[in-house]
Amino acid sequence: MSRLKTLQTLFKRYRRPGDIVFAWLFLAISVFLLSQIASQTTYRPGNALFAQPRFWPAVSLIGMTGFAALHLLGSALSERIDGRWKEVLLWVSVLEFAAWFIVYAFVVPYLGYLPATILLAVLLVARAGYRSGLIYASAAGAAVAIVLLFKTFLQVKLPAGEIYQSLPDGLRQIMLTYF
Amino acid sequence: MEDILAGAAMLARWDVLLALLIGSVGGVIIGAIPGVGPAVAIAILLPATFSLEPIVGLTMLLGIYGSSMYGGAIPAVLINTPGTAVNALTAYDGYPMTQNGQAHRAVSLAYSASFWGGIFGVVCLILLSPVLAIIAPMFGSREIFLAALLGIVLVILAHRGQIFAAGMLAMLGIFLQTIGLDAVTYTQRYTFEMTFLSSGINLIVVVLGLFALSQAFFLLSAPDDSPDANPVTGRLTSGFRELLKHKRVATVASGFGVLLGMIPGTGEFTAQFMSYTYAQKTSKDPDAFGKGSPEGLIASEAANNAVPPAAMIPLLALGIPGEALTAMMLSVFYVHNVIPGPQLFQNNIDLVYGLYFALIVLNVVVICFLMFSTNLLTRVIRIPTRFLGVMILILSFVGVYSLRNSLTDCMIAAGFGVLGLILKRLNLPIVPIILGMVLGGIMEVKLRSALPRLKTPLDMIDRPIAFIIFVMIVLVLAFHIRTLIKEYRAHQPEEDHNLHDTQTR
Repeated sequence: MSRLKTLQTLFKRYRRPGDIVFAWLFLAISVFLLSQIASQTTYRPGNALFAQPRFWPAVSLIGMTGFAALHLLGSALSERIDGRWKEVLLWVSVLEFAAWFIVYAFVVPYLGYLPATILLAVLLVARAGYRSGLIYASAAGAAVAIVLLFKTFLQVKLPAGEIYQSLPDGLRQIMLTYF
Repeated sequence: MEDILAGAAMLARWDVLLALLIGSVGGVIIGAIPGVGPAVAIAILLPATFSLEPIVGLTMLLGIYGSSMYGGAIPAVLINTPGTAVNALTAYDGYPMTQNGQAHRAVSLAYSASFWGGIFGVVCLILLSPVLAIIAPMFGSREIFLAALLGIVLVILAHRGQIFAAGMLAMLGIFLQTIGLDAVTYTQRYTFEMTFLSSGINLIVVVLGLFALSQAFFLLSAPDDSPDANPVTGRLTSGFRELLKHKRVATVASGFGVLLGMIPGTGEFTAQFMSYTYAQKTSKDPDAFGKGSPEGLIASEAANNAVPPAAMIPLLALGIPGEALTAMMLSVFYVHNVIPGPQLFQNNIDLVYGLYFALIVLNVVVICFLMFSTNLLTRVIRIPTRFLGVMILILSFVGVYSLRNSLTDCMIAAGFGVLGLILKRLNLPIVPIILGMVLGGIMEVKLRSALPRLKTPLDMIDRPIAFIIFVMIVLVLAFHIRTLIKEYRAHQPEEDHNLHDTQTR
């Protein structure tokens, strides 16, 4: 970080690689959404303009498209920054972690919150590249602590795992209620 | 007086005090870990607080909000990495002090300046409340609409150098809140005939995706890091004595914090820069700034800690959040059917006083906690970043899924998580989306309810407060254009920096 200059300099934000790709994407989505305004919103004859159900979607989408076009123009006129596609590849690669999250959410009602959380913590820590036993133990410990805090102590609304049904009577009730 | 006592009584309950203790101690720890900020923590805890009483849930979140900046100063000073975004300038002078072997002095000064700012902010809030109780009822639909509009304008203009991006993201926020069934006309808006979109896009799901999940993705996709900080030796109370030598800087900086905290869309970041610039301009030794000046450190820390109490003013008095954290807190009010705004000061003033007292207690708790736990916190800083990413991902699930046990919500949150990651990687701001969603909703409702009383558009500004806010909007825009012209003429060389990278935590 360079030395402090002026308030203006510090308030400025700067472009990063991949900016123009995002600018194009955002503009394309804005234009698409704006093009759908007639079919996706209703116009009520007789109602005042500001009370139309179409009014705020129109204002926001026109604003979005306008700003997105200006942002793209700004990006296009700026000096090219290397590493554009490498950056885009990174965005795509993050979809893997999004998938981990969705699979975790899918599995919880079947496996139960406690087993699913411990499993995810250990597997994801391995995926993140850690190989030390201490880290695995810490991950499992932290997973148990999270379950204890939210499900056991705060009684946050999370479904009980279907797998718990096959447990013996006494244990089943405890697992269904607290884990 | 009765209301003040009722407010104090509200706090004298074990569950409220426990929530405050957990919130403030947790906030310091969260603030101290680079990579997790109060926004991530509040987003995750938000749904868990819905089942608690409003005062309990709010004090916990307030605890995190008010104390995270104390903790954020530790890595800023010791390893040159701000724990929270708003400790950015603390690193500017704090780290050079550490390099000069004055880590103890820097940390202790940061704590005392934070305490000064925090208490100053609460005192201002208490002194202002009688005035607010008189002014707040003068805010009708028109005034609240204009104040929300001012907030949107300010949040866009505050992102200098990327105003177009901030504009498009704020507009995206406004658009997102229009999706679903329109509550007045019962017509579908942008649902594309998908049932899950009929009920709209939940703010909490978006918040969790943009702040928490995106941070998990960010940490998991970046190289692993485990920052190391050396322990601090010596008594940490010594900073108070030195602070008294710089009372003027601390007080003016806190004043900036209060003033800018009250204005929606500006907040800690602006307050910090304004007070830092003021301190540098009025200092006897301006060249020391950026090289380990105690005045710079005090200006930065006092200003950012004075903001949270002040940011509660527009939230409580008008129901308008000025930044992402208060926007999240707004949902706690809504869930409990306590609608912040002019009526709150008339009907629930005890709750308002209760929150003020909570802020005082939190500052005392935090400063006491820090006096003996600083070295423990230097160890917390060392948690490997990818491991932290795994934990944030697991915690985000509780937040999203506990809302209504919906897999669709998780998918939407994951989508926003990816969007948030892209924005973080591109150094683009996330806050305009959240403020766009919240303020957009307020603008739509308030404009609709103001309509029957408007015969011409000029009626919108025919009341004194509405007119003042309108003039403020015009002045803000005019001032911005003037600055742009001045900058264009001055041809300042561009300097890249990563200050804003941390602003989204």
